[in-house]
Order: sequence, then C-alpha cells, then structure tokens
Amino acid sequence: MMAEDEFPIEAGHIMLFARAIGDPNPIYYDPGYAKSTEPGTVIAPPTFIQASRHFSEGGGARPIPGERWHGSGMQPTGSNSPESPTGDELPAGAAGRMHAEQHFEFHKPLVPGMVLHHVSIPGKEWEREGRRGGTLRFTENITEFYDQQNQLVITTRGVVVRTSVTTSSGTENQ
Amino acid sequence: MTLRTADLHPGDIHDEQICYDLSRTQIVQYAGASGDYNPLHTDDPAARHRGFPGVFAHGMLTMAMTGTMLTNWVGDGRLTKFGARFVSQVWPGDTVTARATVREVRSEAGRSLVDLDLETVNEAGSVVLTGYATARID
Repeated sequence: MMAEDEFPIEAGHIMLFARAIGDPNPIYYDPGYAKSTEPGTVIAPPTFIQASRHFSEGGGARPIPGERWHGSGMQPTGSNSPESPTGDELPAGAAGRMHAEQHFEFHKPLVPGMVLHHVSIPGKEWEREGRRGGTLRFTENITEFYDQQNQLVITTRGVVVRTSVTTSSGTENQ
Repeated sequence: MTLRTADLHPGDIHDEQICYDLSRTQIVQYAGASGDYNPLHTDDPAARHRGFPGVFAHGMLTMAMTGTMLTNWVGDGRLTKFGARFVSQVWPGDTVTARATVREVRSEAGRSLVDLDLETVNEAGSVVLTGYATARID
C-alpha cells in the first residue's frame, strides 16, 4: 500500500461534471437549494470520484506539453512531439486496453472542501480467451479514498482488460 | 422523494431515458470534466485509425448517466453501492434508457436497504451496461 496524490473536491468542478453527465439536479450546484435536501449541502454525483484522474500522474489520460500524445495532429497516430509520429506504435494505456468494470462503495457524502488522499490496494489478475482470439488479461485495482480526518469516504474497484493481440475489430474497447 | 420499504417489491421496475441523441460535444464535455481524454472518445481521426467507425462514449459516461436515473429515483446521497460492467459501446446519436429492477428489500444493521439490478440499453434494445446498486430507503 502507498499513499499518493491529493484530490481537492471543488464546487465548480462538481458543477462542470454534473453538466457533462447531463444531470440538471440543483443539488450539484445550488447551495441554497441543497440546504433544503436531505444531505443539506452541495454533494457530488455518485461517479464524480473518477475525476480524480485530473490529479494523478498522466498515464496517457491527457496531453503533456513536449511529450508525444496518442491522439491525432498532422497524423492520426500521434501528435505533440517533434519526433515524427510513425506507424501504429501506441504507448501503454492507449488502444488495446479497455475499462471493463467499475464498482463504488459509498461511506460518506462527497462534498466541496474535502481533500481526499488515497491508498491503492493491488487486486486480482486473471486471464481468459477472447471471443475473437488472443488472450484477455484482466487487472483489478482497488482504491480507498480518505478525507482530511482520515475517514473512509469511498472505495473504488476498477477492472481493466488488455488484449495480447490486436483483434479484428476493436468493439471490445470502452 | 425517498422510497419506502412498503412500496417496493422484488421484480418492480423503474426506468428513465438518460440521454437522447447523444452528442459528440457531450462526450467531449465528459472528457474535460473527468480528465479522461483518451482519443478514442474525443478524436475521430484517431478512433478511425484504430478501426472504429468514430468516437464513442466513455463507459464511465454511460455509468454516470445510469447513476442519474438512480439518484432521481432513490434520492440524493442514498446510494451505498453502485457497480457496472461495460457491455457494449454507446455511440453519438444513441438514445439510452437505464432500468432498475428490485432484487430484494432487506434490513441490515437497523437500516432498510433495497438491492437493484441495473440494465442500460440503447434505442435498438441492445444492452450497453449491466450492474447493480444498493440504496438506503425509509
């Protein structure tokens, strides 16, 4: 186990996330309305913890200045780097990897002002044959998020699957 | 707004249309808000290069929209568990409906809970997400 980056829970970020998922519930942006609800305060939508991605190491999730990005620029294969993007080489974390499952356990409401730290716990790993050939490798990651008082707020369990060979169609990617 | 034990029975179904004619812009909004800028979701040339017809929604966007069906039904701050398996892609233009089926109403440590099975489908009726949730009820 090892402690990593902090995730500050901010009201504006919650509002933008709620807009992005198409949820107009005013509990996500209006403190006056939120006072009249059971939680009594602005809270975050159930899956908001996924936005902790903004506060973790890149890992292929966003472009980093000067580093090659696996999205298109002049070529469809990669951009952002003076070295010419060639061929189909993709960095780890790009295609060939998909999000298969996500699980949440909610222990405490997630509210603006919290600063979460987390502990990552290695999960199981397993394999099975893919429907279109090749081996599918599943990796589970469990993360516990704690607030400033070291109280457990949310436990997440994600399952990612990687294909060992390129399948004829990529319809298993998420 | 909150659900009552006496009103819930195994097999009861609640559903809600969670998006109509999904826009590419909403997928980009989700990328920005979540921090997941994977080009498969935001970049048509990159998605096509990898053999897809174009960009498609993050599985987590479909899960988040399924979550809106849940919070609209069970109330805010009432979920204790929520899990999903991503079965198939949601594409721009899709209209998606999330459905919850009551599996069990029970009490645990003095709290009343409802266990739900989830299934989210596109306009053709194809399943895009399956899952489960547990919520506190009155």
